[in-house]
Amino acid sequence: MASAAHAMETKKTGTQGLATLGVALLLAVAGYSALFVAPTEATMGLIQRIFYFHVPFGWSAFVAFFISFLCSIGYLRSRAPKWDWLAVSSAEVGVPFVTVLLITGPIWAHPVWGIWWTWDARLTSTFVLWVLYVCYLLLRTLIDEPERRAVVSAVFGIFAAFDVPLVYFSIWFFRTQHPQPVIGAGGSLDPRMRDVLLLCWAATLGLLALLLRQRYRLEALRYEVECLRLESDRRGPGPQGFATVSNPGRSG
Amino acid sequence: MALGRPIGILLAKELRTEFRTRELLVSTLVFVLIVLVLFSFTFDPTTAESRRFGPGLLWLALLFAGSLMLHPSFTREQSNDTLVALRLAPIEPVSIVAAKILANFCFLLVAELVLLPVFAALYNLRLLPVLGRLVAVLVLGTLALSIVGTVFAAISSQARMRELLLPLLLLPLLTPALVASVEATAGLFEDRPALPAVWVGVLAAFDTIFLTVTWLFGEYLLEE
Repeated sequence: MASAAHAMETKKTGTQGLATLGVALLLAVAGYSALFVAPTEATMGLIQRIFYFHVPFGWSAFVAFFISFLCSIGYLRSRAPKWDWLAVSSAEVGVPFVTVLLITGPIWAHPVWGIWWTWDARLTSTFVLWVLYVCYLLLRTLIDEPERRAVVSAVFGIFAAFDVPLVYFSIWFFRTQHPQPVIGAGGSLDPRMRDVLLLCWAATLGLLALLLRQRYRLEALRYEVECLRLESDRRGPGPQGFATVSNPGRSG
Repeated sequence: MALGRPIGILLAKELRTEFRTRELLVSTLVFVLIVLVLFSFTFDPTTAESRRFGPGLLWLALLFAGSLMLHPSFTREQSNDTLVALRLAPIEPVSIVAAKILANFCFLLVAELVLLPVFAALYNLRLLPVLGRLVAVLVLGTLALSIVGTVFAAISSQARMRELLLPLLLLPLLTPALVASVEATAGLFEDRPALPAVWVGVLAAFDTIFLTVTWLFGEYLLEE
């Protein structure tokens, strides 16, 4: 029994290692193609290559938040903790992805637009999106009881998800300066550029999946520890005089 | 089950509790007044400047007030565990949330109607020609603030640092409502006042969407 579990764990670690290696390779190939394979853009020059990281990280972040939204609904409907784990994992992976988006954007904008930041629809709504999900993660740290935390943050996650299109729409009416979407909206993009862009997107999606899986397993373990701790708190001091396990990091 | 009667009874209860002390109403009024006075130092409050900045500062003051004042609507119930009693009643749980939304809407609207003439006097804005349309914008904007504010008050009341958490959760989410309310109000203070249909539409959409989301998911917040 123990050896079977051990073998399974070894196999899991093996798959995990392979997946990590695969994603690392994919990222390397994507990075190489973005820097050397894709043609240099005619007016912006080399700085335009940041687009191959900027756009895929943005798309992948939206995928992550959409997963988080679906899982929040899934949690409220089913009450299975795994939905909550996936919801928080994807939000927590989505936030650094949007951070990459918000950092690479100004790096590109400074030489091209001459300014680091402008209060345009896409920029502002991405910023609000980032703030919303940072608040979601903050909210989770402020509720100790696992089930309460799951329910409350699921409701907040759903509100945040419905807010995002409204934010975008209202600021779009307000003012816009960002370049229009290059795929699917009638924009013209060199086929080689498009291929590299899609390759980069595949790489960031791979990264997303990898981080999501790790974070999900961490959340599952954390949940287990929390349940054990709550149980031991309820039971009080044990027969051998063991003190209740306290949690210094989360007092108050 | 019918929602109307329980909501009516609960709303009466909320209003009675508030009007015994009037603490929410009075503190909202004083807070907005303070903010309006403080804002006058940040720019030159001539008529032309006031027209440009007035709508924005009015709505920002109201939003800040809401994010601070809506917080007791659930914590008030916690001190005596009265929320448990409400939940024991044979009514749809969502009617508890709905009554609180309506109550907060009434408090904020009363405060706004008192503040409006003061605001107009302080910043030299002409209210009378556009009063009806302005009230319509106030109703839609305040509804947005009270829907999301009440739901998030329920959320933050279950967390630590609740007083700080409510503005953090509420203000970014209200961005679209703020933009729409400010733009709609600004349209009314132009030389030829007109109510911009787009912004009224955005506000109405905001209210409808979040009322629906609250109706679908709000009751989960009342569980123990």
